[in-house]
Amino acid sequence: MAEATGIKDILKPENLVYNKTKIMTDNVLSYCPGCGHGTAHRILAEIIGEEGLQSQTIGVSPVGCSVLLYNYLDIDWQEAAHGRAPAVATAIKRLLPDKFVFTYQGDGDLAAIGTAETIHSCNRGENILIIFINNGIYGMTGGQMAPTTISGMKTSTSPYGRDVKLMGNPLKITDIVATLPGTYYVTRQSVHTPANVRKTKKAMRKAVQYQKLNKGTCFIEIVSNCPSGWKMTPVLSNKWMEENMFPFYPLGDIKVPEEKSAQ
Amino acid sequence: MEKELRLMKGNEAVAEAAIRAGADGYFGYPITPQSEILEYLMEASPWKTTGMVVLQAESEIAAINMVYGGAACGKKVLTTSSSPGISLKQEGITYIAGAELPCLIVNVVRGGPGLGTIQPAQSDYFQAVKGGGHGDYHLIVLAPASVQEMADFVGLGFDLAFKYRNPAMILSDGAIGQMMEKVWLSPQQERSKSVPAWATTGKPSTRKRNIITSLDLDPNAQEVFNQKLIAKYNEIKEKEVRYEELRCDDAEYLFVAYGTSARVCMKSVQLARAQGIKVGLLRPITLYPYPSKRLNQLADRVKVMISVEMSAGQMIEDVLLSVNGKVPVHHFGRMGGIVTNPEEVVENLKSKIIGG
Repeated sequence: MAEATGIKDILKPENLVYNKTKIMTDNVLSYCPGCGHGTAHRILAEIIGEEGLQSQTIGVSPVGCSVLLYNYLDIDWQEAAHGRAPAVATAIKRLLPDKFVFTYQGDGDLAAIGTAETIHSCNRGENILIIFINNGIYGMTGGQMAPTTISGMKTSTSPYGRDVKLMGNPLKITDIVATLPGTYYVTRQSVHTPANVRKTKKAMRKAVQYQKLNKGTCFIEIVSNCPSGWKMTPVLSNKWMEENMFPFYPLGDIKVPEEKSAQ
Repeated sequence: MEKELRLMKGNEAVAEAAIRAGADGYFGYPITPQSEILEYLMEASPWKTTGMVVLQAESEIAAINMVYGGAACGKKVLTTSSSPGISLKQEGITYIAGAELPCLIVNVVRGGPGLGTIQPAQSDYFQAVKGGGHGDYHLIVLAPASVQEMADFVGLGFDLAFKYRNPAMILSDGAIGQMMEKVWLSPQQERSKSVPAWATTGKPSTRKRNIITSLDLDPNAQEVFNQKLIAKYNEIKEKEVRYEELRCDDAEYLFVAYGTSARVCMKSVQLARAQGIKVGLLRPITLYPYPSKRLNQLADRVKVMISVEMSAGQMIEDVLLSVNGKVPVHHFGRMGGIVTNPEEVVENLKSKIIGG
């Protein structure tokens, strides 16, 4: 009895340091343990909640591991065909220009089958936010080689490691879209440490502000892990990501608004 | 407001009718023989008047997915293309059907397969009425036979699409798209301000979130959805069949033809009647739902039916299913972008069917 009283004493609002955000639903996430998707979802949910955007937001979910994303955030959603989310978002934003519109896409979706939609939406400067989760693998279909799989990396369709002479090179699509006049803010972040989570959240908040100001396309790449696809423990996958993914996909801003850099 | 009389190409009539129907958005990609639709809209610049969005997409694939996005916001949106471009749109069309979204798709058909020809054909019938993309679904398919109907079916197509939450298609061809005729245009309709309950426009605190998707990983739930679609299609078959009859009352021979072939057959009926041959024409206006019941009734009266189509014989399969063996059914038509002429239709009737 004394123990139960002790817990009750601790469970007080003033002691609460972490809580489920209002925008996250109660649905159980479909992700593997240690996957970065859940963290990225939470950051997005926090931003939508804190910015008071729930009634103003239309999200576009992709085909890939995050295909069921519409189950996890309590906002209006459209589920797009594989790779087509930026085209879908283009029409939503043009028909409802006052709403906050974003896509959330993986590397296969955004940088392989949807390359044309990605490039052209960014080049038109569609006033949307594109969130790009790059884990270098097709997670949902069982760990096949992705457009972003780095050289030498083993996947189920590059079982001896990616041979770039045979299979082509990994695509740095974020660097490509940064060269397009339509993109306003392009950054590459991660969500594997508390410090990186804070940086990613800051980037998302900026993107929300820029969309309000009709500045053009904001593009946030999140380099993330895939413990199951990479066949590593969550801890080891994050270490492997730091040692192998970050040298090829370095974190940080790639394109920042001119008025800001001039300061 | 009165109707306005204009001389227009079929393609231009679609564009003008879309503006006047109060469409919210058009998304397209150039392809012959329908590029005039996008050209007309860009010149008309309706975003300055009605607020209608017009966008030239990077591909037919992007265009149909823009239609998906717009339709899911409850907006009146359309895309247009021609055969090879419509093939590219099929993925998007099945997603739209699977998500039960209303929209309008116009196919100004050219000859195929492959890159084919840019001349008119009716060889996309199967693709239009049997599904086209993967999965069990149907479009509502309207077949205009004049520039007037090109204009009229824009409004009708939108109405049916929204009534049934189902994509509608205008199945036209290069002849009707390119030819000029007089057309009575409806007065400008205001763009709708009402938002359907299912539309994704941002979730207010007063309702649950709206999710537009065609995904259901539970096969039991997916089958329930398939059954719901079938029930919808059955209602459409019950209520929305449209057709036109010409001289069918005493006909011994019956042409069955839609679109350009129906225009040809109207003349063929005249020519044959002048020679004392009792022939009539049934022109399906809706290709899905198909006027099967009426054809089955007519099969009790006529000796032979001839499906006249600019294809190797596609619609003939629906005529055969409709008459269910009651009468012989023949096919006649040209292919490869060649428009059948009225004389050869009569000649075929005389030599191959009456004399044969």
